[in-house]
Amino acid sequence: MFHIEKQWLRHAPLPKSFSNYFGRKLFLLFLTVHGLGAFALISLGVLLKKWTVAPNIIRPLIFKETARAGIKLLPMFIFVALALGFLTIGQAMAGLTHLGASGAIQYLGTIMVIVIVRELGPLLAAVLVLARVGTANVIELGNARALGDVEALETMGVDPVHYLVVPRVIGMTVGVFALTVYLILGTLVSGYLFAFLQDVPLTPSQYYLQLADSLTSLDFALVAAKSLLFGFFIAIVTCYHGLAQPLRLEEVSRVAVRAVSQGIVVCVLIDALFILLYLVT
Amino acid sequence: MNENENQNETVIEMRDVQVGTMRDLSEVVLENVNLSAARGEFWVVAGPQHSGKSDFLMMTAGLMPPANGCYKFFGNETGIFDESRLADRLRMGFIFESAQLFHDLTIAENIALPLRYHKNLSPSDAVKAVDELLELTELKPIADVTPANLPRSWHRRAGLARALTLQPEILLLDNPLGGLNARHSQWWLRFLDGLWRGHKLLGEKPMTIIATTDDLRPWRNDARRFALLKDGEFVSLGAWNKILSSNEPIVKELLAQPVEENIL
Repeated sequence: MFHIEKQWLRHAPLPKSFSNYFGRKLFLLFLTVHGLGAFALISLGVLLKKWTVAPNIIRPLIFKETARAGIKLLPMFIFVALALGFLTIGQAMAGLTHLGASGAIQYLGTIMVIVIVRELGPLLAAVLVLARVGTANVIELGNARALGDVEALETMGVDPVHYLVVPRVIGMTVGVFALTVYLILGTLVSGYLFAFLQDVPLTPSQYYLQLADSLTSLDFALVAAKSLLFGFFIAIVTCYHGLAQPLRLEEVSRVAVRAVSQGIVVCVLIDALFILLYLVT
Repeated sequence: MNENENQNETVIEMRDVQVGTMRDLSEVVLENVNLSAARGEFWVVAGPQHSGKSDFLMMTAGLMPPANGCYKFFGNETGIFDESRLADRLRMGFIFESAQLFHDLTIAENIALPLRYHKNLSPSDAVKAVDELLELTELKPIADVTPANLPRSWHRRAGLARALTLQPEILLLDNPLGGLNARHSQWWLRFLDGLWRGHKLLGEKPMTIIATTDDLRPWRNDARRFALLKDGEFVSLGAWNKILSSNEPIVKELLAQPVEENIL
């Protein structure tokens, strides 16, 4: 009865000493990591084991979730890509004035690759999907848990993880990956557009060559891996908090806030892991 | 096994079972549950609100294991119906008091869900079976309406149709008449009697039914068997005449008769 211990920990009276307080927080963190790990493995297991079960029901749900975490967010991502390109190029031009106009121009492509392709693009895409779709996930699943929909599925012999979690995991993983690609491409284009509007003497072919020189095949592999992992773990964190524990309706909003915070922490940790990978390679 | 032996087969057997709650299994709400339900029996389990009726049914449906004691389903000791016991799970249909329909699906889609999931049918393949159930439960005119746009009494009827899609042998109903008007209550009693005697939809085989209630009056029938949830205990009473001869205040309360009690 893992969740009961956790509930007790949450509602136990506050300990008097700081060491006890932090000890309890640490223990709760350990339980959450343990729960998330177990939930991720269960979800992966169900995804693989039941890939051929009820495709007529599950595949339309996967398309629906992919659209929700992908295509439907595209307008917002186009706006963010425009703003991000303008901001990055604007700041780069302002920050590199000491190199002179021609000096600064040489680094625009490299800056875009380091800032947008390697870092901000995947992370921002993940955080935006977490905010827009992850929160909705927790609320939907939390309500489903609180109102007994999970039990209803179980009485029908429908695996709740298969029906509720698998489509969301696939949808968000694909969605974050696709949106990351669009966000990066959009930002690179809008960055050049801003440079062009500012009369920066940089031709499209020069800009393209700068980008191509700065990019390596490892960048493509790591960006793909990073965005897929972001999507997968955002889905796992949000589904875990919505579904894995018995909830009451009044607890759903609190759980949603906790899921979003933990989702951001997970993304930052994955990002840190990839920075280490970059440093090592 | 011949027809008679099959008829007398014990489908649900509980010995000294303790029932916890879904939220906390260690929080025992019912003790000494001893029940032996044979195939084709109609049990009515009565108890006031918060007496553990829903928890008892949830445990019977294998949504949670008994906190203690022995629960046998078709002769096999049972806890939770996990993946390996899917076939057993599908022998039982469950109707929640609030129906638990999915609000993003229409009534017809809700009813089709278990059928489509287990038989991997496309929406068009499931139409015939779903139409039969819609006709049977008089839900045809509202088949394409989502639950949010319907009164609660129709939700439960859709829940019944959904529970019958896979043609279960046992039907568990959580307070099916609670909050219904006389017209709906009569429909439910007639329909459940039809299922219990053997409906053509289910191959005319008698169905085993266990229903909970907080009002015994509509359930009067000499062929049904009754049990009480009293002070955290499961008390098996037997036929209706045992209810009538009982002097228990709780029985009078469940029959809405005046209880001699000094309340002032």
